Amino acid sequence: MPMRVVSIEGVEAEVEQGGTRLRARIDLVENVKVGDYVLVHAGFAIQTLDEDEALETLRLLEMLGMGIQSTPD
Amino acid sequence: MALRWVSEFRNGRVAQRLIERIAEIADRECTLMEVCGTHTMAIARFGIRQMLPNSVRLISGPGCPVCVTAQSDIDRFIAIGQVDGVVLATFGDMVKVPGSQFSLRDARTHGIDVRVVYSPFEAVELARQMPDREVVFMAIGFETTAPGIALSIIQAENERLRNFFIYPANKLVPPAMKALLSFDDVRIDGFLCPGHVSTIIGMRPYEPIATDYGKPCVIAGFEPLDILQAVLMLLVQIRSGQAKVENQYRRAVRPEGNEAARRLIDEVFEPQAVEWRGLGIIEESGLKLRRKYEHFDARLTFDVQVPQTKEHPACQCGEILRGAALPTDCKLFATACTPDHPIGPCMVSSEGACAAYYRYREVSLS
Amino acid sequence: MQELIKSLFLPAFANELLSPLSDSAVGEFDGCKIAITTDAFVVSPIEFPGGDIGKLSICGTVNDLSVAGARPIWLCASFIVEEGLQMDTLERIVNSMHRAAYEAGVKIVAGDTKVVSRGNCDKLFIVTSGIGLVQADLSAKRISVGDAVLVSGYIGDHGIAVMSKREGLGFETEVESDCAPLWSLVEALLNGCKTLRCLKDPTRGGLATALHELAEAANVCIEIDEDAIPIRPPVMTACELLGIDPLYVANEGKLVAVVSADEAEVALNIMRSHALGRHASIIGRVIAEPKGQLVLRTAIGSRRLVEPFSGEQLPRIC
Repeated sequence: MPMRVVSIEGVEAEVEQGGTRLRARIDLVENVKVGDYVLVHAGFAIQTLDEDEALETLRLLEMLGMGIQSTPD
Repeated sequence: MALRWVSEFRNGRVAQRLIERIAEIADRECTLMEVCGTHTMAIARFGIRQMLPNSVRLISGPGCPVCVTAQSDIDRFIAIGQVDGVVLATFGDMVKVPGSQFSLRDARTHGIDVRVVYSPFEAVELARQMPDREVVFMAIGFETTAPGIALSIIQAENERLRNFFIYPANKLVPPAMKALLSFDDVRIDGFLCPGHVSTIIGMRPYEPIATDYGKPCVIAGFEPLDILQAVLMLLVQIRSGQAKVENQYRRAVRPEGNEAARRLIDEVFEPQAVEWRGLGIIEESGLKLRRKYEHFDARLTFDVQVPQTKEHPACQCGEILRGAALPTDCKLFATACTPDHPIGPCMVSSEGACAAYYRYREVSLS
Repeated sequence: MQELIKSLFLPAFANELLSPLSDSAVGEFDGCKIAITTDAFVVSPIEFPGGDIGKLSICGTVNDLSVAGARPIWLCASFIVEEGLQMDTLERIVNSMHRAAYEAGVKIVAGDTKVVSRGNCDKLFIVTSGIGLVQADLSAKRISVGDAVLVSGYIGDHGIAVMSKREGLGFETEVESDCAPLWSLVEALLNGCKTLRCLKDPTRGGLATALHELAEAANVCIEIDEDAIPIRPPVMTACELLGIDPLYVANEGKLVAVVSADEAEVALNIMRSHALGRHASIIGRVIAEPKGQLVLRTAIGSRRLVEPFSGEQLPRIC
């Protein structure tokens, strides 16, 4: 579940999605900023979500949905 | 009710179109393995299996951390809990797994102090709060869980915390995938590779599976559209006779993975041969503490007698974990073995194939 | 627990009122139809967002009577107090019980208190029993193929609110328990809806277990649409984080209603114009097969069986 970083305090961040909050360590990921979405696993953010890539995947899915023959490279 | 980066990937209309595209190109029998337990759960929960053409078979793999933990490790962990002064700390999923004599939950009634933690740092915190006790954390999980455990070890080392230990039982996914391909009773035409593990290890560790074994690999996210797209990508590869590593879960998985996390694993652990339930001993498929951190190893610190390991003779968790049997093939499934009275670990864990099949039985579309 | 009921209590106490094992026993005495029920409350923590064990002990019993079509009138309450419980905590809980009872229109007419030494109970346990006057027959047998299924609002709020306060689960949420006495909503439905077949409160075991029980009792299949089930975003997030299914999470102020298909909109409007049913939704329908089962039509169009709750909900790790 992607969670949005609300605030950062040292190696800890408060992350949120839809009104549920969690504290997560962020020392496994580099350059995390407030507003980023991160994937949290067992108390640790393990990766930041690349929103451009997410939008690209959705665009591709829409295209597939419209019957345009295309697969990701 | 939209959840950002979740709801978008559950669109029913796009799912229908993807299914149609899959049906168009599924021109031969093929068996795809979803390696990860979280995929198993998502596939069951969204009823994805029944939406695929009959020729496309999805089987579950050894990707549930609790399920692949060897019975002997569970028994030894429980035995360590019987040592005076020891507190066992574990992720919640582990608590109900049957040991040879009793589960961790029942261990409480035998006077063993078992605490459920959400993160390894909570186990470190327990050790801080109870300086006169020894806290032993059951370190299970794959490459996703290992960096956090490594960090907790480093922290405990920096604080000179001498009453914190781990029971090292972490496992590595790519060696197990290779091992699966050596079993005669399993045919796998392509892998849905685990999304979260891949955020750490990236794409490269799957390369030998594609090049040496000729099996297509697609790293997949966990929403229904992710899984359907990844299935489509695998079928495209299979139909064109290709075998390469592709990344469907690009929003979360960088090709190079998470180097910082890998450095942490490497600082604290080194690979070793370990036993997997159902798969036996696999070379370089587990993590042991490096010599520098060996004093955190509960197995070396607590010399305990472990009773003879006993597994239920009819339990097919082993076959199920390597994709050689479906949960429904097991005689115990939904009769003697249920989530209330689990006999094998695959019925216990929320990520276990049997639990997923039990909770989310599909009905035909009519 | 089900096993214990079936193997020990039922054979020992069997009689025609107990044997159906419904939420309330309904019987006739001297021409007067009454419903009676009892429930023990051991929730931990005893105070949680949106309620406490006291309010819960009133709502739980009042709601069991209400969904049996009975107007709750009298309640008994017994308290088992652990030595050392703060007096002001107990006061808050008793006041909250009083408010809930007032709101529900019931009187607490008898009670008992025992204090036990430390460790012999967890802070406070409450047992309530209640009597109601039956206004309508709402047994599951009345359900028939073609009927519509409604839920009175967001599901899973209570369970998630309580779990958020438990140690070790590691999350916080804005969700509050939905704990509320449902009689006034039931009364509105009874007055405005001619074909109200059956009601049920989806408490422990959640919506899935409640609907499954109805399908079994009526020997029909209930089919629900995933997209139509109202779930708050924070509840969805918490469930995803914990690896649990919101269909199994407890509610304490919701009801499920089965009505004829042509009165579905009427029932929906009655619910939505009541404070406790603003987010009501038509979530499914009664079909013939497979009998005794609950079927979910998922967001992506597949269909699967939903089993009643079993096992324990444990946080997932991977």
